[in-house]
Amino acid sequence: MITNILVIVASAAIINNFVFKQLLGICPFLGVSNKVETSLGMGAAVTFVMAMASAVTWAIQVYILEAFSLEYLQTIMFILVVATLVQLVEMFIKKSSPTLYKALGVFLPLITTNCAVLGVALLNVRSEYGLVESVFSGIGAAIGFTLALVLLAGIRESLEEYELPKAFDGLPIVLISAGIIALAFTGFQGFF
Amino acid sequence: MENFLKDIKNGIITENPVFVMLLGMCPALGITTTAINGIGMGLATTFVLLGSNIVISLLRKVIPNEVRIPSFIVIIATFVTLVDMLMNAFFPGLHDALGVFIPLIVVNCLILQRAEAMASKNSLGRAVGDALGMGLGFTLAITSLAAFREILGNGTIFEFTILPNFIPLRVMTQSSGAFIALGLMLAFIKWVEITKKGGSRA
Repeated sequence: MITNILVIVASAAIINNFVFKQLLGICPFLGVSNKVETSLGMGAAVTFVMAMASAVTWAIQVYILEAFSLEYLQTIMFILVVATLVQLVEMFIKKSSPTLYKALGVFLPLITTNCAVLGVALLNVRSEYGLVESVFSGIGAAIGFTLALVLLAGIRESLEEYELPKAFDGLPIVLISAGIIALAFTGFQGFF
Repeated sequence: MENFLKDIKNGIITENPVFVMLLGMCPALGITTTAINGIGMGLATTFVLLGSNIVISLLRKVIPNEVRIPSFIVIIATFVTLVDMLMNAFFPGLHDALGVFIPLIVVNCLILQRAEAMASKNSLGRAVGDALGMGLGFTLAITSLAAFREILGNGTIFEFTILPNFIPLRVMTQSSGAFIALGLMLAFIKWVEITKKGGSRA
C-alpha cells in the first residue's frame, strides 16, 4: 500500500509531471511564474484544492454517477465541484486566516480555470484509483505543479537581468526555457 | 454584415486567441503532435464556442449578474459533453488521441473569456461572428503549430511523408518540443512585427 502510494505521488509529481509531461495547467504556469514567492503561494492554494477535489470527485463518481449510471454528466458535475470547492476554500480561508487569505487572495478564483485541477480529477477516474490513491495522486500532481512554477520563476527572475534579442523578449524566451526544463524532465522517464 | 465580417477577421488575425491573446494554451501545447489532432481539437472547440456563445447571447438578459460565471460554466459544460459524445460516436480514433483534453475544453479560458467579454454583452449576430472568428483563429493557430511540430518531429504532414530522407527531430513531438515550437513561432511573429514597423532588426 505504502509503496503503491509512493509510486503514485512520485509519478504524478516528477515522472508524469503535470506541466512538463502532460501539458496541463499551462495558463497559470505562464501567468504567475514571475516571482518565486507568488508561485509558492499559488502552489499552496492549488495543492489544497487538488487534494480536496480528488476526494470529492471520487465520492461523486462512485456514489452518484456510477450508482445511478449517469457517467455522461461527469464533465458538468466535476467542473461544478471544482468551482464550488474553490469558492468554499476562499470563504473558509477568509474567515479562519485573514493573513493567508491576503497572501493567496488573487490566486484563488484563478484556480477554477486551472485545467490541471479538473485534469487530475478526470485522470483519477480513468486510472481507476480508490479514495486514498486519488487524494495522493492529487497531492502529487500539485507538488509537481508547484515544482514547475518555482523552477520557471527562478529562471524568469534571472532572465530579467539579461538583454535579449527583441523578438525573444517576453513570452518566447519563457516558453523556450520551459521547453528546456521539460527536456530535462524526460530523463525521469521509465523510473518505475 | 459589415460587423459580422469584422468580428470574423478580428478573431482570425487581429486578436488571434493563441498567438496574440495567449488563451487556450493547454490544448494548444497538449495535443498538437499531429496536424489532424490540431484540426480536430480546433473544430471541437469552435463547436463549443459557437453553441455557448449563441445560448449565452440569447439568455444575456435573463441570467442575473451575480451568478453569471457559474451559469456560463454549466452552459459550456453542456456543449462539451455533447462534443465528447459526438466524437466518441463518429470519430473514435480522434477521440482516443485527444483523450482527456476533450472534457478539458470546459476549462479552456478562451471560451469563458469570449462568453464574458462578448456573448454576454452583444446581440446574437455579433456573438455568432465572434465565435466563428475566434474558433477559426484558434483552429488555424493550433493546426499550424501542430503542422510545424509534425514536419520537424516526423517528416510528415497530415500523415503524408513530405521529407522522405529527413531524420526526424523526435523531441518536437514530445512535450518539451511543444514549448519550444510555440516559443519559436511567437518569436517569429514578433520579429515580423518589429521589422514591419521598420525598427532596428532584432
